Amino acid sequence: MSTASAAPAALEFRGAAPWRRALRLHGWTVAVWLVLLAMVPYWRSLSEGDFKFDLQALAIDALPLCFAAMAQAIVVISGGIDLSIGSLMAVVNVLSAREMVDMSVRQALAFSLLILVLTALASGLTGLIIVLTRIPDIVVTLGMLFVWQGVALWIMEIPGGGVPVSFGDLAVGDVGSTGIPNALVAVFVALLVLWVPLRWLRPGLAIYAVGSNRNSAYLSGIGVARTRVGAYMLAGLFTGLGGLALSASSGIGDPNSGATYTLNSVAAVVLGGVSLLGGVGGLVGVIAAAYVLTLSKIILLLRGTDPNYANVYQGALIILVVVIGGLITRKTRS
Amino acid sequence: MEGAASRRPLRFVRGAVNSTATPLLEARGVAKHYGPVVALRSADLSVSAGEVHALLGANGAGKSTLVKCLTGVTRPDMGTISVAGRQARARSPMHATRLGLSPVFQDPALVPDLSVTQNLRLTGSSVDAVRSQLDEMRLKVSFRELVGDLPLPILRMLDLARALTHDPQLLILDEITAALPSDLAERVFDVMRDRRERGRSVLFITHRLAEVIATCDRATILRDGRNVGTMVPQEGGEARIVEIMLGPEAAKAEAEASRRDEPEAEPAEAEGDAVLELNDIRVGGVQGISFTLRRGEVLGLAALEGQGQDELFEALAGQRKLEGGELRVRGKAFRPRHPYDAIRRKIVLVPPDRLLALLPQRSVRENVAAPLYNTPLRWGPINMREEGRRVRRAVDALQIDMRAARQVRRLSGGNQQKVTIARWLASGFAALLCNDPTRGIDVGTKRQVYALLRELAADGGAILFFSSELAEFPLVCDRVLAIYGGRLTAELAGPAADEATLLQAMHGLELDEAVA
Repeated sequence: MSTASAAPAALEFRGAAPWRRALRLHGWTVAVWLVLLAMVPYWRSLSEGDFKFDLQALAIDALPLCFAAMAQAIVVISGGIDLSIGSLMAVVNVLSAREMVDMSVRQALAFSLLILVLTALASGLTGLIIVLTRIPDIVVTLGMLFVWQGVALWIMEIPGGGVPVSFGDLAVGDVGSTGIPNALVAVFVALLVLWVPLRWLRPGLAIYAVGSNRNSAYLSGIGVARTRVGAYMLAGLFTGLGGLALSASSGIGDPNSGATYTLNSVAAVVLGGVSLLGGVGGLVGVIAAAYVLTLSKIILLLRGTDPNYANVYQGALIILVVVIGGLITRKTRS
Repeated sequence: MEGAASRRPLRFVRGAVNSTATPLLEARGVAKHYGPVVALRSADLSVSAGEVHALLGANGAGKSTLVKCLTGVTRPDMGTISVAGRQARARSPMHATRLGLSPVFQDPALVPDLSVTQNLRLTGSSVDAVRSQLDEMRLKVSFRELVGDLPLPILRMLDLARALTHDPQLLILDEITAALPSDLAERVFDVMRDRRERGRSVLFITHRLAEVIATCDRATILRDGRNVGTMVPQEGGEARIVEIMLGPEAAKAEAEASRRDEPEAEPAEAEGDAVLELNDIRVGGVQGISFTLRRGEVLGLAALEGQGQDELFEALAGQRKLEGGELRVRGKAFRPRHPYDAIRRKIVLVPPDRLLALLPQRSVRENVAAPLYNTPLRWGPINMREEGRRVRRAVDALQIDMRAARQVRRLSGGNQQKVTIARWLASGFAALLCNDPTRGIDVGTKRQVYALLRELAADGGAILFFSSELAEFPLVCDRVLAIYGGRLTAELAGPAADEATLLQAMHGLELDEAVA
């Protein structure tokens, strides 16, 4: 063993340069926001409307998708996927529109809180089924998609109902009269209140941990089942907000209103830099992605593109962005 | 302050292990079965305070299961476990830590997508405490790094440092040295000795018997889910341990087998034809390596962790593009772009991570037959009878335990490793590239692998062999090349490649006197 003493006394492991690490951790988020900003001038050049008014319209249009995407992001980060988000939003939409029609704003707000509790519990139940039966997330949530679809139709067969005007203003109004849309503020308030505190504390880290590697998380002493159910409950909260946003912005209940949100939320999650394998990404990028998707739809509309082609463009855009992003990440990795 | 201590010889002084007092850990009649598979029949284990205790056994003897039961990863079906005389059945790894048992598992308990700091926050460990433990081990690691970017040996050391911050009564190390280069393994031994001096205990699980003899006060040996003996390792030596571990008859057969092989390794036969010629190869960390692998020889590659050997293996197997230099297969230039290119020329790889090479959900037969599927390049149904014959031959040759053959992932580690070799046996090969083929497998299986490699070489195969266990080189190899910093530093004849010489060459030092 005498020969081994020639080995250096201290062994140092130096990792990647800090800027490279930062780029890998936050690069995608920054890039999606840059894409969003880059789209703005083009959008302005096409639109003849007032900027404040257009911004308002964009924010309102994007609001339900923002919440749906945040909900999806949380589940995906925890290593699952939730296909029932859209139809649970429809349930919230028809339930609130039916019950709130004759309510005062105060009652409507109280009722909204109740709905949020219910959606958190409903999603939590989905999570519980997944954890207890060990059936893959995609199967259980696909089943729940049909269940909630049925429930929505059972609550309200044809579009109807409504919400108090000032409740609707929560989504369509602006802050004071500064022109900053409420809908924009609502997204960031929800992010700051419901996600940011968690993100840097153990529960949020636990969500990332179980999504990243369930076995390591378990061996680190994390309650894996508890964390996954928790992630679904938190996602349920955002889903509830999404459904309420749907009611507030449209002012009507429609049992089929949620149809597009499930897959669009998955698109936003992917575009926003969350890995479908779990454990990677954040909500900030996903919010930008939801705006990118909404804005691209608006731009195609302004250009007078046939709505059928518009979907083709949008789908191609998602693939293109993710491919380019994937290539860039691979370059910075190696 | 620990720096001076670390340079003391490794062998522990056997101190006064107080055997009359209540043992620190007492497990009695622990049993566990998974479905119809009995993993642990009835195991007893008793560890005294201030003792380094080895837990030994062949693959599938039940070591890992016993550890899992002790640390609350699984719940035993039967049996009692007590810590310091008190009943203590851990419900979870965290609970085990509170009971004074801190495990370092075989799989790192660190989440890849979080930074080291975040991981520590997750388990409520103190960053400063972990850092000071690492300082004591003379290791520096950037805590802002994502765990997924850190090499495996560093993760093991981090896991160890984290476990140490709890100052556990009993530190449980499950095959921690299997993936460690020798310099880091030495630091683990330092830690073990330090624990012992503080009156704490260590339960050490390993397949490397030399480590056990050098470091452990006592050893408990499991066979077929039962303990078959507790002994003082220094008194019996390796031979005695192997005998208890494998059972008297198997050990005798093994001894005969290894006796039969050893003389074969000695005479250097006439040089065979070159199968693989490397000329100034550069890839990844490899900075220009040249050598020739010939028919009928086992050529060893000795290196510390991360000296370029992994990249070299990947490049030869077609998984990685060469960055420079020239590669020839049987005299013809060869630039593989895909593993298929290499396999077609019968250059085949046995990778260090077994599950990387296998189809874990599929049967042994399909796994062994998988490379056959692309050799008969014709359409039409697979010739089941021919396939079955070849698979059976390979399975018999390697004595693979077929009891759990329906899914390879259910096999024990040693049997999985045999399957990775069996597949190339069934399809035939010219050069077999073995990157640490005996990692984490038991002594009995290891000896079978040595014998098999010798036999394959005798039949005209060319074998490139890397191992993290230095003692294997003189047993298996005709020649050994040492790599340091991506360059060859020495070439030794197999029998001359003893541990001291290899270590010297692997650290890039000039070899003294006659050896070079």
